[in-house]
Amino acid sequence: MALIAPADQQKLRDAFSEMTRPVRLLFFTQALGCDTCPQTRQILDELPQLSDKITIEEVNFVLEPDKAAQYGIDRVPAIAVDYEEEGERRDSRIRFLGAPSGYEFVSLVRAVLLAGGGESMLSPESRARLASVDKPVTMQVFTTPT
Amino acid sequence: MAFASPHVTAYAVEATEYPDLARKYQVSGVPKTVVNDQIEIMGALPEPAFIDEALRGI
Repeated sequence: MALIAPADQQKLRDAFSEMTRPVRLLFFTQALGCDTCPQTRQILDELPQLSDKITIEEVNFVLEPDKAAQYGIDRVPAIAVDYEEEGERRDSRIRFLGAPSGYEFVSLVRAVLLAGGGESMLSPESRARLASVDKPVTMQVFTTPT
Repeated sequence: MAFASPHVTAYAVEATEYPDLARKYQVSGVPKTVVNDQIEIMGALPEPAFIDEALRGI
């Protein structure tokens, strides 16, 4: 059974149809000791059905530690958002730790749309301020599933 | 924000799934934003205020 209701599926299809760049969601998972990994996979699996611009790449957290380190992932389930621009694969530096249910799913959809070429929600002033940042900034935003 | 700067990485953390992180950063309400393990922002702020606060000293 689909986790996304039919009405929402159509809304998402419409939103994703605006995408101009392919987006690849890296799903970091492991077979054992991860209660919410199957649920996360199930949610993610529904997205490529709604757009041919979205693909899922499963990364085994145990067998591919280098890839997890490259993306700064130290626990599962986790999702990293990559996209393709000018034939090259790029890292959006947007990550999700934990299953993307509830409002997190909305955030994930927004991240996909942004990586897929959508307009930034930030004002030009905010973008100018961010463009002046010249050292690493790591932001963690804590949320709950509701 | 991560998308607007090559130096910014953003993690959305599901607090109930990762109680160890929630404890480490003393998350008593959401949303809570932690920047470079130092700056803490409680709740949602208007965008300009959020950017100022998050990038304080950066």
